[in-house]
Amino acid sequence: MPEMQPSRPEVRVSIHPFSWWRAFLALPNAHPVKTLGVALLVALVSSLAVCYTAVALKPLTDANRLKERAASLMTLVETLGVGVPKPRLITLADGQYADRDPGTRAPLGAERDIARIGEREDVATVYELYEEGALTLVILPVRGTGYQSTLKGYLALKGDFNTIAALTFYAQDETPGIGTRILEDAWTSLWPGKRIVDTDGVVRLEVVKGRGEGVFEVDGISGATRTTGGVTRLVRFWFGPDGYGPYIHRLKRERAS
Amino acid sequence: MNRRLESRLQPAIEPILVNNPVTLHVLGICSALAVTTSLATSLVMSAALICVLTLSSGIISLIRRHIPRSIRLIVQITIIASLVIVVDQLLQAYLFDMSKRLSVFVGLIVTNCIVLGRAEAFAMHNPPGASLLDGLGNGLGYAWILVAIGTVRELLGKGTLLGADVLALADNGGWFTPLEMMTLPPSAFFLLALLVWGVRTIRREQVEPVLVDEPGDKAAPR
Repeated sequence: MPEMQPSRPEVRVSIHPFSWWRAFLALPNAHPVKTLGVALLVALVSSLAVCYTAVALKPLTDANRLKERAASLMTLVETLGVGVPKPRLITLADGQYADRDPGTRAPLGAERDIARIGEREDVATVYELYEEGALTLVILPVRGTGYQSTLKGYLALKGDFNTIAALTFYAQDETPGIGTRILEDAWTSLWPGKRIVDTDGVVRLEVVKGRGEGVFEVDGISGATRTTGGVTRLVRFWFGPDGYGPYIHRLKRERAS
Repeated sequence: MNRRLESRLQPAIEPILVNNPVTLHVLGICSALAVTTSLATSLVMSAALICVLTLSSGIISLIRRHIPRSIRLIVQITIIASLVIVVDQLLQAYLFDMSKRLSVFVGLIVTNCIVLGRAEAFAMHNPPGASLLDGLGNGLGYAWILVAIGTVRELLGKGTLLGADVLALADNGGWFTPLEMMTLPPSAFFLLALLVWGVRTIRREQVEPVLVDEPGDKAAPR
């Protein structure tokens, strides 16, 4: 192909809207402006792509998580082999039933935030199962920070409101093969029958290193002390005065009267 | 005509067997061990890697003349990481259960040496079309190994394929007793080693020369 002859000499028009862009591209790659510019542009385009996908897919992802949560609750109920419990709203501060959930949350101070959850909702949904007029099972949603993620799960209590019927986690992002062993039946099956508070009302249940003895200790998972420590802390928090403590007190009182 | 087409498709065909990233370069085997417990996870992981690798090669090649050398690795990783997050988000939205089974391993595609390796070795020096094909070819080369290992592990480990019963299990009155070991990570190592051995037995030129330690001595002839 013969060399193209320019029909007229190239004139740089500085007011051309793309002239700055052409000039930018024409800069040598080692030029600081070019280096910074390319870095900025790549970062900008990449973050836009990531943000757009995250925002566009959020409804689907949220729906998936809700579905998973509901499925986890259903599995828990099925494994217990009991009837379907009814959801009830309770005000955490006094443990009384609430009519509606205002959706408000309050930050927890560092001292009270044993489970490291940052803030806590004012009204929570619990699940109650009545059999022959008596409350025989309550399922409480719990959450807390493990090693590198928030552990979210359900803890089911028997009719004495102190003995654990089951524990299950439906959301976590712990180290695969190590922290994730809290999901395995081999570990969750250790929980039924364990007790939460002693006769003085102090939360005693904890995950210990090695083999757990008695009703207040659950075997640890070697290599996952930070994750299981998180489980201990979330039990401490949710059964303490800032968690379901007032609600459980009320249930015990009502059962006694 | 046929030969021309062949030479144009060369970047896509060569990495599948001749220049396979897993069996020849032994790259990306971390995920090959982790996700091959079943065929379904192997397939999804392969698809994710093919997407990321093809697109990253294409995009990096497109802007290759304007990537300053001093920051080229950061630029490449930024592009690769963004693609990985997008793919991960898509999986979480449309294949939620699968994304949970794959856990972190989709995210770890960022650190998969095949992706950055192809960007550095090929996409930075070749036009976008060829780079796309190179990414696709290397992705397919990785994929068939994963699928092969995933098939064997699921079949021998659980007696199923894609979750459907294939071999009659002894527990259900059949003849097949699952090999528990196949569900554990080391079995992937053994299978991968067998594959590498097999490929190098057929293609002897892939056998690495035995290096002799003595100073001044040349590598021993094969």
